[in-house]
Amino acid sequence: MKKFISLALCLALMVGCMAGCGSKGNNTSATSASPAASASATAIKIGGTGPLSGAAAIYGTAAKNGAKIAVDEINAMGESIQFDLKYEDDEHDAEKAVNAYNTLKDWGMQISLGSVTSKPCEATSALTYEDRIFALTPSASSTAVTEGKDNQFQMCFSDPNQGTASAQYISDQKLGTKIAVIYKNDDVYSKGIYDKFASKAKELGLNIVSATTFTDDSQTDFTVQLSEAQKAGADLLFLPMYYQPASLILSQAKSMNYAPKFFGVDGMDGILTMEGFDASLAEGVMLLTPFNADSTDEKTQSFVKKYKELYNETPNQFAADAYDCVYALYSACKIAGITSDMDASSICDKMVATFTDANFKFDGLTGTGVTWDKTGAVSKTPKGMVIKNGAYAGM
Amino acid sequence: MKKERLSSAPKKPMTKSARDTVTCYGIVIVAYIVISILLNGGHVNSSMKGLLIPICAYIVMALSLNLTVGILGELSLGHAGFMSVGAFSGVVAAMSLKGAIASTPLLLAVSMLIAAGCAAIAGFLVGIPVLRLNGDYLAIVTLAFGEIIKNLINCLYVGHDADGLHFAFLKTSDALGLADGGKVIINGPMGVSGIPKLSTFTAGFILILITLFIILNLVHSRQGRAIMAIRDNRIAAESVGINVTQYKLMAFVTSAALAGASGALYAMNFTTVVSSKFNFFTSIIVLVYVVLGGLGNMWGTIISATLLTLLPELLRKFGDYRMLIYALVLIIVMVVSNNANFKAFFTRLFSKEKSADVPSADADTKGGAANE
Amino acid sequence: MNFLFYVISGISLGSIYAIIALGYTMVYGIAKMLNFAHGDVIMVGAYISFCATSYWGMSPFMSVIVSMLVCTVLGVVIERLAYRPLRQATSLAVLITAIGVSYLLENLALLIWTSNPKVFTSIVGTGSVKLFGGQMSITTVTLVTIAVCVAIMIGLTLFTSKTKMGKAMRAVSEDKGAAQLMGINVDTTISVTFAIGSGLAAVAGVLLCSAYPTLTPMTGFMPGIKAFTAAVFGGIGSVPGAMIGGILLGIIEIFGKAYISTQLSDAIVFAVLIIVLLVKPTGLLGKPINEKV
Repeated sequence: MKKFISLALCLALMVGCMAGCGSKGNNTSATSASPAASASATAIKIGGTGPLSGAAAIYGTAAKNGAKIAVDEINAMGESIQFDLKYEDDEHDAEKAVNAYNTLKDWGMQISLGSVTSKPCEATSALTYEDRIFALTPSASSTAVTEGKDNQFQMCFSDPNQGTASAQYISDQKLGTKIAVIYKNDDVYSKGIYDKFASKAKELGLNIVSATTFTDDSQTDFTVQLSEAQKAGADLLFLPMYYQPASLILSQAKSMNYAPKFFGVDGMDGILTMEGFDASLAEGVMLLTPFNADSTDEKTQSFVKKYKELYNETPNQFAADAYDCVYALYSACKIAGITSDMDASSICDKMVATFTDANFKFDGLTGTGVTWDKTGAVSKTPKGMVIKNGAYAGM
Repeated sequence: MKKERLSSAPKKPMTKSARDTVTCYGIVIVAYIVISILLNGGHVNSSMKGLLIPICAYIVMALSLNLTVGILGELSLGHAGFMSVGAFSGVVAAMSLKGAIASTPLLLAVSMLIAAGCAAIAGFLVGIPVLRLNGDYLAIVTLAFGEIIKNLINCLYVGHDADGLHFAFLKTSDALGLADGGKVIINGPMGVSGIPKLSTFTAGFILILITLFIILNLVHSRQGRAIMAIRDNRIAAESVGINVTQYKLMAFVTSAALAGASGALYAMNFTTVVSSKFNFFTSIIVLVYVVLGGLGNMWGTIISATLLTLLPELLRKFGDYRMLIYALVLIIVMVVSNNANFKAFFTRLFSKEKSADVPSADADTKGGAANE
Repeated sequence: MNFLFYVISGISLGSIYAIIALGYTMVYGIAKMLNFAHGDVIMVGAYISFCATSYWGMSPFMSVIVSMLVCTVLGVVIERLAYRPLRQATSLAVLITAIGVSYLLENLALLIWTSNPKVFTSIVGTGSVKLFGGQMSITTVTLVTIAVCVAIMIGLTLFTSKTKMGKAMRAVSEDKGAAQLMGINVDTTISVTFAIGSGLAAVAGVLLCSAYPTLTPMTGFMPGIKAFTAAVFGGIGSVPGAMIGGILLGIIEIFGKAYISTQLSDAIVFAVLIIVLLVKPTGLLGKPINEKV
């Protein structure tokens, strides 16, 4: 009896919720459309999934915000191509990403921005492939995302690409003789880069003296990892990870008086813009990144200014990649003559043809003259940067 | 809660359990038929369609956890660990037997059996130390085992080639030494990629029926009564000659095996799976389904698992406030359904309505209220 | 020398676990509930302190006071709205509600402070004290944390044994019904317990973020779980046990990483916990449970 009551109550609440979201939903979909109010009727619907809540929320939120700025700019131009953007939360989980993707499909998504993080994107890319929806992911960098799928494209470098590029760079510039690596052992991104880095380093004769790991559950204390690197006499510490744990490593290394050269990958971008971060800790840190928020070129400056105005934060590479994604879609749509009344699969065929066309080149915040090959990988070259006086400088 | 069942059981043991059994099967079968009709008619949108198999998997998870928490009376905070064992062993089985078994349903069934077997072994190994403890200490040890399983699978590499399966631990996928044409199945922290989508809604439905069949038969058998006797009073049960360890282990292993089968169903619905998915969070969510559905109440668990899996999806329209509202709903439902004042209010409300046609319901509630 | 270095690192990490575990064990000991939201109260405490120093221009010391006040109020409010209605319910129902509260706090923090990590400025500076002629060093944060831990431990022990309210708490933890019959207001007593526990959480939050300075809405979750483990390790409900459990857990974690494998460090910590509980089923300093026949 008691259980019946509790369940009845639960049901009642659920129904209440559904009724609630029904009415509220209409409001939000009306307001989330672009400033040009008439746009939504003839706009091409693009959707993406990313972590907007939970531990990885920062990446999804940045991508969503970056894409939103691009969409608003494009719609404000008032040309024939208009976009309607929708981002759904996937909590950095493959299961939720599939749910989010299906929600977007029901909404009528015509072009997909994939998912922001790698594992969820692997799950959704299988579906976009099946459903013949064109997808360009801003930041899901694992190769499993694009493997064997003709309509999946990436805006970021792939993980293996970064691993080999880092090893090549270190060897070419003779940055270190004894290398230590700390990577995150439950993260596809970090482990993916490390695996390729290790095999390339072996090939180039670089000496990896220490390789230690951490996980989500233990990303506070790095003294053991650092002291092993120090004991092994490493003069260069390679950190294939995001900037949040990296900032802890930098500060703990400093308090241990251990000062090797630090070398990061594109996930390190954002470290300087963390609120309250002591930039002197990152002095001399080298990283490979496609995006530089301090860059003086006009496009980047206007993007960074807008982003700061709207979201009160400095954009990181996720935001920039997503911004570029929308513009890449925009120029491809223009070339292929996509209109909002086409169905997803015919858009997909045209977009695939455009993206793999040798003449299709894209200039964005994260690279110029960017092209895509048939596998879906992007041709950007990672740029080596070094942090000097709290800002990036070319190496 | 425990006392209530004890006191109401002698009054009319058969009718109540028989009624519950019929309700359980009834709900599942009717739901299956209705959804199948809707699916055939094309009335289900892709968002709901995509949720069907995960819901089936979570229902099986919740039912199996209810066996541990509700029937055996031990709090487990690491149930996702068994799901994980099942998911990975099932996927390995499916991907390595793909060549040998042509029929998809048969391949799925075989993988699920292997998954259930592996999870049962894990359950046995975990159960021996765990079941020596009591109360919150037992709960924390199950949490610990859940985390250990997650960590170990995170360091595990499995590959398959013409010679059979290769295993490596704490190294990289290169250490597997695969021959040409071999395929890495579990790639450590990168998990599994490219899982064949074998799970179907019908398979999920059948798995729920099998789970119900196993659990309800166990509960209504001699062994089940022994298990519940241990739950209600271990010392008394021991004194009448019940082998406590054996029966506890029996319930725990059954529960683990079913969780394993559910893990296989879950994993083979998505192209990819990683061990960090089966963390403390997942264990807790399944526990929420069980507590909300009612300890020992199987049909309640089925309904609460379904509703709570749907809830976050239904809340998508709230955008950024989605998870906030989810948390609020969870708290409100728990407070309202467990608070004595609210309960008394609703009991009065319902007993008034029901007293005319079902006089027995009134007696039932009184017995429950008196014992609270 | 390496060994000693790892011991010091272990104590640094463990002292953080210990200070969180003290709050956990206090609430568990009196109210007999696993308050999974404790880790998130810690996170709120750290955010309040961060805001107080960075936005409202307060001194570090004032910011700790403000954050303690806010957390105390928060703890009492949570107890009043979410836990008190469930006083008669099963402990499982309370556990699930606590998890709901934990989600709620995390998502509220996400909306208020966004997911962008904030870098916390240590309230006690980043200096360190040299040992053995400069070969070893121990950070001031660790020293302060240990001092605060000991102070709290002594304070709590004196409070529960000497004051009237403390005695009421012990009575409530023994038997709520009997305590009520003796004229103790059980609701007030439990509210005070939560107030103290949450105030301690604020201190723990500030010290956690002083030692490991990135602050996000999920900051409290994992340390919360680890501290819970530490509390169980030491014997949940025992105040000195929480302190010892926390420090030992930190040392085990560091040793596991240093001498076995960084990849398996989580598994090692939990394996040791299981072994300890199998040998001593109520933790290191827990009271043995007497079974009534």
